[in-house]
Amino acid sequence: MTRRRVAVIGAALGGLRTVQALRAAGHDGEIVLVGAEPDLPYDRPPLSKAVLSGERPADDLGLATAEELASLDTTLLLGRHAERLDVAAGDVVLDSGDRVPFDDLVVATGTRARPSPWGLPPGAHLLRTRADAVALRSDLVRGGRLVVVGAGVVGCEVAATARTLGLEVTLVDPLEAPMVRVVGPGAGAMLAEMHRSHGVRTRFGARVEQLEGTRGALRVRLADGEVLDADTVVVGIGAEPNDGWLAGSGLEVRDGLVCDEFGRASGVTGVYAVGDVARWWHPRHQAHVRLEHWTNAGEQAAVVGHNIVHPDEPRSLAPVEYVWSDQFDRTVQVAGRPEGWPAEVVGDDEAVATGRFTALFGPPDGPLTGMVAVGSPRSTIAGRRAIATGTPLREVADAIRVRTVANR
Amino acid sequence: MPVVRADLNTCQGYANCVLAADDIFDIDDSGTVVLLRSEFPDTERPRIEAAARTCPVAALVVEQ
Repeated sequence: MTRRRVAVIGAALGGLRTVQALRAAGHDGEIVLVGAEPDLPYDRPPLSKAVLSGERPADDLGLATAEELASLDTTLLLGRHAERLDVAAGDVVLDSGDRVPFDDLVVATGTRARPSPWGLPPGAHLLRTRADAVALRSDLVRGGRLVVVGAGVVGCEVAATARTLGLEVTLVDPLEAPMVRVVGPGAGAMLAEMHRSHGVRTRFGARVEQLEGTRGALRVRLADGEVLDADTVVVGIGAEPNDGWLAGSGLEVRDGLVCDEFGRASGVTGVYAVGDVARWWHPRHQAHVRLEHWTNAGEQAAVVGHNIVHPDEPRSLAPVEYVWSDQFDRTVQVAGRPEGWPAEVVGDDEAVATGRFTALFGPPDGPLTGMVAVGSPRSTIAGRRAIATGTPLREVADAIRVRTVANR
Repeated sequence: MPVVRADLNTCQGYANCVLAADDIFDIDDSGTVVLLRSEFPDTERPRIEAAARTCPVAALVVEQ
């Protein structure tokens, strides 16, 4: 085997997992891992939960031990941004002016928090990085009133964590329920109820017009004229791919780097993408899809690691989307695409009322295509397998129901 | 022989490990991992290490 040099740009989950997969697949050439943040690869999901609550120190999120990193025999360039990709020259230009040459390139630059269109006065926060979480926690521990603008996964988790810490919390979103893009409107309504039952004030269908003031005296003005006073504000309105540095490279960038189902960027050889920044062709959906899911980053990294080492026997991926969210004492698990509310809800009224239910999505006489399970981890396993294999929705509903009865 | 260990207090029932290696991992009705077997031959190590890495809360460790 020729000893090829691989550059991995982005040193979070997707980048690190790619390096691990490369070594596991037998890559014995040089690897350079470039990260924009100064930190060794760390895990983001705890930032909106255990780090904010204080259960986990912010510097205890490492994705690999020092020994493991050393065993990967990788050159780490941290605190450096990639500025430009020169495909013809085969190198990446960093903000320091250094050039990182490569035979194969993996784009794993992830996403950044979408900037606040209302500005970010003192005491107002975005949440994406470890530094963001540390800054937000230092305001939350003062207590008081928190307004969370945006009821996506991050916003809901911050609201639940802050409520558990004892803050007065108001959750605001222009849509009619929380996490609608992730779980659909029906399950979203159930999650709204869960938040209210824990004392979170909600303003759904409400548009923010203005954010002003300063730490301890912030004002969030809504379109209907209501003003929400806050000590701290979190703006959690989604993420944008870090793909600007690919402009002018000739690669196809369309809200992420467009790739085939093998993770290879269109139109060039030796360029791959993994994680939140990657827009792969999805064979089952027959579309290019970009997913901002932890599990997906790892799955894509494993495939790309293999495909760089074995380019003549490439593996493809047709992932079943999987995302989870921990809010209060419940885990929300979503598999596939929960679109069209729903063909079937498994769980009696009492189960739904206590926040344990499974909703199955898909045509009533067709295959299961999506699932939302709250407090029902075993259902999710059956659902993820069924979506991958196209198992009829009816069959999955019967199997889950039988299990539920047998357990009583 | 390598072994896999599970931290039952850390496990949150995300079940990525079950999808990755259902001959080794299962979860019970409370959503906690169950090891179907903990020892495995060296030849299986890459597959089981990869499965352990799919755990979102790093509750699974492979040791020699």
